[in-house]
Amino acid sequence: MAERRIRIMVAKPGLDGHDRGARILARAFRDAGYEVIYTGCHQTPEQIAAAAVQEDVDLVGLSCLSGAHGYLFPRVVELLKEKGAEDITVIGGGIIPDQDFQKLYDAGIKAIFTPGATLDSILDWIKNNLKPRE
Amino acid sequence: MGSYFSDDTVNKSQELTKKWEDEVAHSVVQSPDQKSRWSTVSDLEIKQLYTPEDIKDADFARDIGAPGEFPYLRGNQPTGYRGRYWTFRMFSGMGSAADTNARWHMLLREGQTGLSTAFDFPTLMGYDTDSPNARGECGRCGVAIDTLDDFLTLVDKIPLDKVTTSMTINPPASVLWAMYCAAADKKGVPLSKIGGTIQNDMLKEFIAQKTFMCPPEPSVRIISDTVEFGTKYVPKWNTISISGYHIREAGSTAVQELAFTLRDGIEYVEDAIRRKGMDVDSFAPRLSFFFNSHIDFFEEICKMRAARRIWAHVMKERFHAKNPRSWWLRFHTQTAGCSLTAQQPYNNVVRTAIEALAGVLGGTQSLHTNSLDEVLALPSEHSVQIALRTQQIIAEETGVANTIDPLAGSYFIESLTNKMEEEAWKYITKIDEMGGMIAAIDKGFPQLEIADAAYRFQKQIDHNEKVMVGVNKYVTSEEQPIPILQIDEKVEQEQLKRLADIKRRRDSRAVSTDLNDLKNACTTGKNVMPYCIKAVKDMATLQEICDVYREAFGEYRDPGLF
Repeated sequence: MAERRIRIMVAKPGLDGHDRGARILARAFRDAGYEVIYTGCHQTPEQIAAAAVQEDVDLVGLSCLSGAHGYLFPRVVELLKEKGAEDITVIGGGIIPDQDFQKLYDAGIKAIFTPGATLDSILDWIKNNLKPRE
Repeated sequence: MGSYFSDDTVNKSQELTKKWEDEVAHSVVQSPDQKSRWSTVSDLEIKQLYTPEDIKDADFARDIGAPGEFPYLRGNQPTGYRGRYWTFRMFSGMGSAADTNARWHMLLREGQTGLSTAFDFPTLMGYDTDSPNARGECGRCGVAIDTLDDFLTLVDKIPLDKVTTSMTINPPASVLWAMYCAAADKKGVPLSKIGGTIQNDMLKEFIAQKTFMCPPEPSVRIISDTVEFGTKYVPKWNTISISGYHIREAGSTAVQELAFTLRDGIEYVEDAIRRKGMDVDSFAPRLSFFFNSHIDFFEEICKMRAARRIWAHVMKERFHAKNPRSWWLRFHTQTAGCSLTAQQPYNNVVRTAIEALAGVLGGTQSLHTNSLDEVLALPSEHSVQIALRTQQIIAEETGVANTIDPLAGSYFIESLTNKMEEEAWKYITKIDEMGGMIAAIDKGFPQLEIADAAYRFQKQIDHNEKVMVGVNKYVTSEEQPIPILQIDEKVEQEQLKRLADIKRRRDSRAVSTDLNDLKNACTTGKNVMPYCIKAVKDMATLQEICDVYREAFGEYRDPGLF
């Protein structure tokens, strides 16, 4: 049986339209051989969690530059849990001050990438840490 | 006639260049080129040397000329900055209307000469603070405005007949402008006296910045309404600022920024003429532009010079405008946010100074300099002061304003300006062939061109083909954090209270009549502006008005192209 390809969802929660990073990552994931779903901008946490479950993804990468990550990121994790999908790995990135990292980790975000992170460093993290869902 | 150099000079140049090439062929053995290919930050290839041959086909009178003369390559004003410096217009807004008003007064005290507003995301997208879509966003990326009440606080003690205000607002531009007009009215300032700019450029939102509400076609229609209203009643207002800034921030090249921006401009002019039957010279003088000044110094200067020359030709030859003011391309510049680094943030002061200098040498009419901490948060008072001082130092200490367009005539500058113009025309023609910008956006053409460029640049950074100091070269391991501005969570709570209070106090019957009238205007093709002004005066909220638009015209969803 052919091995299932890992599926990644790149998502833009909230009202922020700065999607340069999200779109670059979507391409990088695709070029690295993953199946990629990109939500486009302006998704609510509810829409993101529902789409992640429906698309049966292994990882959700959230991108936010508006400063609203403190509410939006944990809310996505919470909603995934409610849907019995807590095994979907959630990572985040964007303009996120260092002092907010711990709160986001505590809320279940597995990794945070901020400006200056290379595509390779993000791909490496996924290779080393992502377990495909059963 | 009018050739830039005589045949004799070109021949002499060829001879000398040949000799130089032979010498280089010898010395290259000792010090070979550091790179196999030298290119601008946008990846435009740059030659080792530029000579008279590179501009031998230029016609001095036709292509370069004098400042204040067609094709305005050297500037719109015959006197350059000697008559007046550019407007120092710092972009600011955060937290509540009162917080932003305080920042504005601080900047005016420090020597800023024009105001510029940053709104928070709910305001930008046409939502009130109490919308479920707005959770967590209030006051974070700019100021939160829900009603005229907030707006009056924002402009408290600002003389609206003396200071011009730029508002970075797009889908709800008609609503915020209505609030400005209503606020002027309340302060007893006639509409003929107020001056400023609403960004009001929806096409670049679909291409790049992604704050949208309704689909492209009705979005452009609302813009034509504002152009028509401004032409009739608010003659000192710039009703569109056709913006390349965000196109560039989304990752475009300089040429793409130039081409897509000017092609957007063409679309607006066509729509106002076609839909409103307006004479081009009645509104074209009030169109303004907005460019990004990125880190590649000469590329930026040439982009701005080329922009003026292309637009002059577009207005004269495509639209047959007769008023020389219609031929002018007037523009605001902002230094490039995307060129700043979170690493070693003090380096951003240097980047911003160089980018601002490029804007000035490119002939900008108005300038915002980014603050060193803007890659991390909204700027602190201290960092915004340094950014403003950067402009003041350029204007008053460096001597670059002493003479007009000082780089003109340089083999390199004129050649690169020509090159950028040529490349931009290729895009403009291609979009014309697609049936215009709305058709091109529907096909995803500009979006995917920008995505390609952004991805290419990121790979160049990752592979060290392009350098970002502090990011992929000269990296330090231990970095001291810098103080950054935090927006208190109380801002949202207090804003929600104010909004609830307004909704309780206002005459809700008047509001619903106003909204109904606006809906009728939308569906019957009447100009929406008078109805917006009436509605905001009765304290209809931003979202209530925008919901009317959504209902009448439908909502646009991001197709998520990558």
